[in-house]
Amino acid sequence: MRRRVVFKQKLLPYLLLAPQVAITLVFFYWPAAQAVWYSTRREDPFGLRSQFVGLENFITVLEDPSYINSLTTTAIFSLAVAVLAIVPALLLAVMADRVVRAATVYKTILLSPYAVAPAIAGVLWLFLFAPGIGVVAYVLQFLGIDWNFVLRGEQAMLLVIIASAWKQISYNFLFFLAGLQSIPKSLIEAAAIDGAGEGRRFWDVVFPLLSPTTFFLLVVNVVYAFFDTFGIIHAVTQGGPAKATEILVYKVWYDGVMALDLGGSSAQSVILMGIVIALTAIQFRYVERKVHY
Amino acid sequence: MRRARTIDWVPHAVLLIGIAIIAFPVYVTVVASTLTTPEIVYGPMSLLPGPHGPENYVQALSEGNAKTSGVGVGRMLLNTLVVALAIAVGKIAISIISAYAVVFFNFPGRMAFFWLIFLTLMLPVEVRIVPTYAVVAGLGLVDTYAGLAVPLIASATATLLFRQFFLTIPDEMVEAAKVDGAGPMRFFKDVVLPLSRTNIAALFVILFIYGWNQYLWPLLVTNDAEMTTIVIGIRRMLGNGDAQTEWSIVMATTVLALLPPVAIVILMQRWFVKGLVETEK
Repeated sequence: MRRRVVFKQKLLPYLLLAPQVAITLVFFYWPAAQAVWYSTRREDPFGLRSQFVGLENFITVLEDPSYINSLTTTAIFSLAVAVLAIVPALLLAVMADRVVRAATVYKTILLSPYAVAPAIAGVLWLFLFAPGIGVVAYVLQFLGIDWNFVLRGEQAMLLVIIASAWKQISYNFLFFLAGLQSIPKSLIEAAAIDGAGEGRRFWDVVFPLLSPTTFFLLVVNVVYAFFDTFGIIHAVTQGGPAKATEILVYKVWYDGVMALDLGGSSAQSVILMGIVIALTAIQFRYVERKVHY
Repeated sequence: MRRARTIDWVPHAVLLIGIAIIAFPVYVTVVASTLTTPEIVYGPMSLLPGPHGPENYVQALSEGNAKTSGVGVGRMLLNTLVVALAIAVGKIAISIISAYAVVFFNFPGRMAFFWLIFLTLMLPVEVRIVPTYAVVAGLGLVDTYAGLAVPLIASATATLLFRQFFLTIPDEMVEAAKVDGAGPMRFFKDVVLPLSRTNIAALFVILFIYGWNQYLWPLLVTNDAEMTTIVIGIRRMLGNGDAQTEWSIVMATTVLALLPPVAIVILMQRWFVKGLVETEK
């Protein structure tokens, strides 16, 4: 798309673009190219020289059981976060759509967690569930549940899922509410006149109309769980216990920054780039469809 | 409408339960920031505020805890504020001028530049951690505000948003400006910038929160305790999150860390909602 009437200056547009282009080249494209470059090379043990090894790093990574483990962990984690963040958000949005009085107050409170940093969200929930200290940990202990997420992988996973979903509910709530408010009231009234009860009206009329929103949110939530939850994992579990919560982004960081495995970490980076590109492509295809909807 | 009246309480009840669950962790944290660490660690802590709030906050702000090498949370808040403002203002500034260039001029390579900016969406810092750190270290920007902010201020989303908006400015306005002898910079300052006010406000809210809440990047480029942002500072103060942790100070710091962005969402809700919805397009 372009404008009919434009300014004629030749040099000015380049000057206006310069700062953004410089930053993208120096801090985005150059490092990304380096990640691709290092992903095909292996360093000698002293890090002095490296040689081209083709796809060897990728094969090593993909054959590494700890990488497969991280892949599975990420899949379970992101799906669980998406479901746990979408379902309550939908319920709350449907309810908020119905109230008139105090609607703004409800909305304000429900939107607030969005502003909390992932790592802080992690600390909030860690504090509730800290074994022997947290309020919820006490209740669980009292109920006879052997709660110790520091030692038990599945409990650690549950904790980071809850903390991650908590933060994302705000976002989903906002989009569901907007979706609900854009549904013509006449459609719902027509269904009511036809004798459809509350439940029928929701499942047969409202929910199908919300399905584009739901799909869009599913993608956004998976992207969030993949890339924006590093702070939660780092603050709460450090990927443990025994790598039970080591999602892909955490592993890239750990292998590259802590274990200094440049080739392996770069290969993982390149795989992650592939995942981002795929997810972004899905997102944009969908958004285009929404425009024609 | 007897029926509508009888079910009217259901949404309120569900919303109140939902809010109670969602607000609970924040409530407990606020309460814990008014207790002493022994009151928290030994035995179930009280769910009602205690009297130790002022001293906890003063200690947190001035000296942090044993794990922050004497750097107080006040310093961390300042660092975070500087970085968040630099990121928000920087992203808006460079995006609005690049969108202006792409929309209001015709020049060779126009679309190539647009795509160059657009495709950065696919290169989040998480997929290029080590080489990006190497670039920043090579430029001597480790432990500086510039190192914390500049690599994050490229913005495909903001550029897209401004481009979208600029395309709706009628051609007549550009023509009128030309007839009046106004050049492109004049037109930008007197017409485009004032028209973009609401978009700028909405983006500012979203980007300030984004900048304030950064984690991975500050973790990589700061070693000096004096340059720590507050979110990283809390991670350091937390230690293992067990009975050795100075919980009362950590909880006071947590409240201080989440207050500014939450206050912005509450006070500027209209802009926040607009920003969140628009940046997703």
